[in-house]
Amino acid sequence: MSVTRGDHDSTSRPSAIAWPKALCLAALGAGPLAEANTSDGYNLPPGVTSLSKAIYTLHMEVFWVCVAIAVVVFGVMIYALVKFRHSQGAVPDTTLVHSTKVEIIWTIIPVVILVAMAIPAAKVILFMEDTRNSELSIRVTGYQWKWQYQYMNAGEGVDFFSTLARDSNFARQLKSGIDPKTVPNYLLEVDKPMVIPSGTKVRLLLTSQDVIHAWWVPDFGAKRSAIPGFVNELWFKVDPGKEGIYRGQCAALCGRDHGFMPIVVDVRTPDDFKKWVEEQKAAVKQAAAPGAQPSNAAPPATAQVLPTAAK
Amino acid sequence: MAHAHSSDTAQHDDHHDQPATGIKRWLFATNHKDIGTMYLVFSLIMFFIGGAMAMIIRAELFKPGLQLVDPVFFNQMTTNHALIMIFGAVMPAFVGLANWMIPMQIGAPDMALPRMNNFSFWILPFAFTLLLSTLLVPGGMAAGGWTLYPPLSLQTGDSFPMLIFAIHMMGASSIMGAINVIVTIMNMRAPGMNLLKMPLFAWSWLITAYLLIAVMPVLAGAVTMLLTDHFFKTSFFNAAGGGDPVMFEHIFWFFGHPEVYIMVLPAFGIISEILPTFSRKPLFGATSMIYAIASIAFLSFIVWGHHMFADGMPVAAQLFYMMATMLIAVPTGVKVFNWTATMWRGSLSFEPPMLFAIAFLFLFSIGGFSGLMLAIVPADFQYNQTYFVVAHFHYVLVPGAIFGIMAGVYYWLPKWTGHMYNMTLAKWHFWLSAIFVNVLFFPQHFLGLAGMPRRIPDYAVQFTDWNMVSSIGGFAFGLAQILFPMIIVQCIRGGKKASSLVWEGTHPTGLEWTLPSPPPYHSFTTAPEVP
Repeated sequence: MSVTRGDHDSTSRPSAIAWPKALCLAALGAGPLAEANTSDGYNLPPGVTSLSKAIYTLHMEVFWVCVAIAVVVFGVMIYALVKFRHSQGAVPDTTLVHSTKVEIIWTIIPVVILVAMAIPAAKVILFMEDTRNSELSIRVTGYQWKWQYQYMNAGEGVDFFSTLARDSNFARQLKSGIDPKTVPNYLLEVDKPMVIPSGTKVRLLLTSQDVIHAWWVPDFGAKRSAIPGFVNELWFKVDPGKEGIYRGQCAALCGRDHGFMPIVVDVRTPDDFKKWVEEQKAAVKQAAAPGAQPSNAAPPATAQVLPTAAK
Repeated sequence: MAHAHSSDTAQHDDHHDQPATGIKRWLFATNHKDIGTMYLVFSLIMFFIGGAMAMIIRAELFKPGLQLVDPVFFNQMTTNHALIMIFGAVMPAFVGLANWMIPMQIGAPDMALPRMNNFSFWILPFAFTLLLSTLLVPGGMAAGGWTLYPPLSLQTGDSFPMLIFAIHMMGASSIMGAINVIVTIMNMRAPGMNLLKMPLFAWSWLITAYLLIAVMPVLAGAVTMLLTDHFFKTSFFNAAGGGDPVMFEHIFWFFGHPEVYIMVLPAFGIISEILPTFSRKPLFGATSMIYAIASIAFLSFIVWGHHMFADGMPVAAQLFYMMATMLIAVPTGVKVFNWTATMWRGSLSFEPPMLFAIAFLFLFSIGGFSGLMLAIVPADFQYNQTYFVVAHFHYVLVPGAIFGIMAGVYYWLPKWTGHMYNMTLAKWHFWLSAIFVNVLFFPQHFLGLAGMPRRIPDYAVQFTDWNMVSSIGGFAFGLAQILFPMIIVQCIRGGKKASSLVWEGTHPTGLEWTLPSPPPYHSFTTAPEVP
């Protein structure tokens, strides 16, 4: 565990105090970092990557096209419901049963609309699938019920597990009596977040050790399944200036604690990221030194202790 | 079977003219109406059992934190709610309606294969008793989702083989039901009832039956491979043994997507019967309606990949599945436009079946719009596995399939029983259902877009408000459904006498309206004249 613990992120944080992380980050001079999620509570978040913004634009375009179609079609239906009522003496026009011309028109118009939607969507697909020239790769492995992050490239050697934060884990037990509203970031907080640099093309290589999981951070427009025996890829590049904490959850039913394996990404400036990597490496060295507990390969102790501790 | 067929439909066989008495009438039933009734009653019971599970789900999700059930039980509820509603409520309801209506609509005395008909029904109570009894075995019910994705589904406890066997039985039942529909329609139409004259409900079922025969064996194969992976150390889906968990998803959704249309095409047929009646005007573009159903059925076989975009797929496959999926909007649009044109310059009255049909038109379209949004691959990455998907498929299944079934029941119930039902109560049932189904499912769009994953027993506090609204809608919708069996029982017991036309002052089309209400035990003992 000593390897994985950042200086600002204590796993023994008391549940009543919401501030340590934000305060520490602010102290590092990284700007106002606290919560950066961009959803307004009823729509997709525009997000902080070029991909998430492209998806948001596409989503809104398709949404407004649907609204426009709905207004026309529902409008005609409502007009018919009001205008052609038997109780108002409407007389049925039983000759109106077929019109090849009209039917051709209302087949072709949808085709045109669909093609118009498919073209921008196809462009975004090509953009999304272009994982070339990534600057940092992280291998993400799903477990029941936690995530493992193994850094490559500049972060080589950094390797840790990320599990539901302790206070959330206490509060989420059946009939715990703890009001989730008093728990900071209930169910969306982990003991150790994934840290990435902003303005950098980060590629995730996703796999799983047991069942299918899915890694999802809405603000990055990034979701992909982690499947045993497969390595799936996804990438994102957080806009510079958008440093902060971003949260997501496992998005594929993975058993009992599917709802309790959140994803937290701490986006820092490239300089701060470098510092963080150095700290992590120093911690690894310290742990590997004679006398220290070798804990690199083992999952963090908290993962095993928590469920029993909570009983 | 050929022998059974000829002896059962021979009209000089006197002892078949009247129903047997007591329990024998039902156990040994070969009459299409008796079997249809049993299917419908069975489906209604399953609707309430599946609904009770939904109530547990919505109660737990009423507010954040776990108050009522542990996560494992919650997953058991979501898994079995889906299995029961799909295989126990919606599909048997349509088979029940097919049993009742297809012989009457095509001018036949009964279904072509009456003993197989009996067998295909009586499998179901056993299949679902087996499925529900898994609640009592160690480890409880299956909790890996109705999609049964391995490796998770292989972690199921002792209930696993029971689940697989139950699914095999449901599949066998569906296949037999489908064979019966096809054989009946192909061989027993009255002289002059050529296929293009056949009512839309029978048409929609003919196409549905082919879908069932094509895909139910695929499901059977998929779950059998799960079974051998679990007990016989095969590695079809086990990556460590050289297998492929994604292959299961492909096989499952090759069944699963046509299955979606199996659950909605017969509803299309019902709506196409009801709208013309209460618009007092023939169905607009009847032939193009048939072509539209057939196109949807064909396309349903080539779009399964859209359930799996997030599982990783080559760009070409993403583009193909996206465009094929979007293409389904074209025939679906044709259907909606034709229905609208049917009402256009009609003379509309709003009896309960018409009300349900109109609600179907609006709300199914909303499900269609969210379906179109889900087809857009990049956006699908954000919607996939969230409550947006839950909202989408419940909009097509509840105000789609289930409102379609209810519309059909309210349309034909007086024909079946010979009594009119309580119209006021039925209108209450409609309005409560139509309002609360939206309170229940519309906010789930917001939850999904705001980032709430599906299939979770507990959620972050920012999702509280919409979950509460949705739960309140759920409870009210659930309570409103109690009116449905009340109205039906009341109608069976008595009520105003229904004429053979039932809906006086309208112009219902179809041979069923030439028969008295209730119709004779063997619907058409001599083939009718087809106009």
